[in-house]
Amino acid sequence: MTEEHAEHILSYGKLTTVWVALLVLTAATIMVTRVELGVWKVWAALAIASVKSGLVIAFFMHMKYEPRLFRIILFVALFTLAGFIGGTFFDVLYR
Amino acid sequence: MSHETAMAEGGFWRDSGRTGIGAWIFSTDHKRIGLMYLYCVLGFFLVGAFLGLLIRLELMAPGPTIMTAQTYNAMFTVHGVVMIFLFIIPGIPASFGNLVLPIQLGARDVAFPRVNLFSWWLYAIGAVIVLTSLFTGGGAPDTGWTFYVPFSARTTTNVSLAVFGVFVLGFSSILTGINFITTIHRMRAPGMTWTRIPLFAWSLYATAWVQVLATPIIAITLLLVVTERILGLGLFDPTRGGDPVMYQHMFWIYSHPAVYIMILPGMGVISDIIPVFSRKPIFGYKMIAFSSLAIAAAGSAVWGHHMYTSGMSDLGVLVFSFLTFIVAIPSAIKVFNWVSTMYKGSISLEAPMLFALSFILLFSIGGLSGLILGAAATDIHVHDTHFVVGHFHYVMFGGTGFAFFAAAHYWLPKYFGRRYKEKPAIVGWVLMFIGFNILYFTMQVLGMEGMPRRYYDYLPEFARLNFVATVGSWILLTGVAIVVWNLWHGLFKGEAFTGNPWGGATLEWSVPTPPPTENFEQDPVVTHGPYDFKGAGIP
Repeated sequence: MTEEHAEHILSYGKLTTVWVALLVLTAATIMVTRVELGVWKVWAALAIASVKSGLVIAFFMHMKYEPRLFRIILFVALFTLAGFIGGTFFDVLYR
Repeated sequence: MSHETAMAEGGFWRDSGRTGIGAWIFSTDHKRIGLMYLYCVLGFFLVGAFLGLLIRLELMAPGPTIMTAQTYNAMFTVHGVVMIFLFIIPGIPASFGNLVLPIQLGARDVAFPRVNLFSWWLYAIGAVIVLTSLFTGGGAPDTGWTFYVPFSARTTTNVSLAVFGVFVLGFSSILTGINFITTIHRMRAPGMTWTRIPLFAWSLYATAWVQVLATPIIAITLLLVVTERILGLGLFDPTRGGDPVMYQHMFWIYSHPAVYIMILPGMGVISDIIPVFSRKPIFGYKMIAFSSLAIAAAGSAVWGHHMYTSGMSDLGVLVFSFLTFIVAIPSAIKVFNWVSTMYKGSISLEAPMLFALSFILLFSIGGLSGLILGAAATDIHVHDTHFVVGHFHYVMFGGTGFAFFAAAHYWLPKYFGRRYKEKPAIVGWVLMFIGFNILYFTMQVLGMEGMPRRYYDYLPEFARLNFVATVGSWILLTGVAIVVWNLWHGLFKGEAFTGNPWGGATLEWSVPTPPPTENFEQDPVVTHGPYDFKGAGIP
């Protein structure tokens, strides 16, 4: 654990940009519900949500500035979660 | 004997800074925490074993024998809950993991000693909640340890409190996992490269990942059951858009990987014992280490094989059946490597080795009967029969249980500074091994003949084998009683145990007996592998 990792502070400008991006994406989530997309509606909502959580993890949670090991560990957790959800869908989608 | 009497008070037993019970329950020393876990899990093991004995007594003859049907339902539920959540999940990782892991890595303690103590407290609190649930409210839960809906959402027994207790226990498990992962990444002594980490530590590393990643799922699932019972949201009720099979998915997403939380540390124990008692470096170190990770990863993707008869989609059955076979590969890698280690070794058959050898045989029988259950075509015939009960007792008791006793005979003398007597240990082991096979192999035959599990009564044609199985349970428990008594008596009053009599090359054998509070007077520098006996200077 080196000092530069512990002390890293993002500039207000950058934080505000991310915040605005999140607000825009929230608005996009609402607008997407008004478009008739059929089965793609869920995928669209999930895609926007993924981008939003990606921004939060990368900037607000500082993952972009952490050592590679932490990013790998986070990826393992997300991959596992995706596996759990995916495995369940083999049943639910084809029942 | 007088100078030897002082031994047990030496090392970490002496300098704690506190006195009385406070020296234990507020201690952040990993060895004290490990021993507290050990006493708890051993106590719960004996409680669970006694309940198992009562279940077998009830099934000794057809019809009511010693208890009512409702009591019987509560008995097998509580036997399962106690054995799974209070004994076998924390069994090896929390007790022997805490005792051994930091020393094996050359560290003075785990990465977060206070969190370590906190997880013991969570374990103790969770255990008290679970035990309270047995005697309060509507009485002991009668759902089976799996708490399947819709029955668990409707029964009037005390399910809510019991699952809340399990919820708390889960957090204890997660914190231990986080602690061990961090310890293995950050606390290794200089020279302790990834390929010099003992295989027991590798198995704990793989286990810890499963603990961290899978346990939150059971926490959520059990909370949903409580919500369902209190608020009646209809989450698992098809008439209100819910899905009862979804409960089974969520339950087994944790509970199948949990099987590997139970067995992987046992495999680690065996990987450490076999080379020492064969006087040969381990065969295929990297493959055994890698197979631990492979088992953890593959084992997390096969939960659906518990659900072939649940109404899951055919594609789901196909996928999960295929994935299940993948787990057999890393498991077989381990078994073949253990056997190859012994080949042309100088094998000494002492108590830890005998338990380790029986582990290999019993685990293999359990694993191979698991393939019959993993293949959907055969599973559907024996699903929910005594075959399944026999199978998982072979893996869990024949595997993890025997590994637990192997670890106890191997490591505990080091921590107590005293040793057990060899002869009673071997007599106990022989009785355990014979009783075990009479009990559980008979169960597998009963299952093949069609005897269902969890039934209070059975058809007359099953009477003979049920009687045989019950006799087996008496022999098994006699063996367990001898082994536990011998350990207890020996570790507190037995002969002094000093140095490194078995010639282990891992770091825990290089420290004084019992280990001092800080483990190492000077930080060790590791210059040889964990099974490099020549490098460690052991003749």
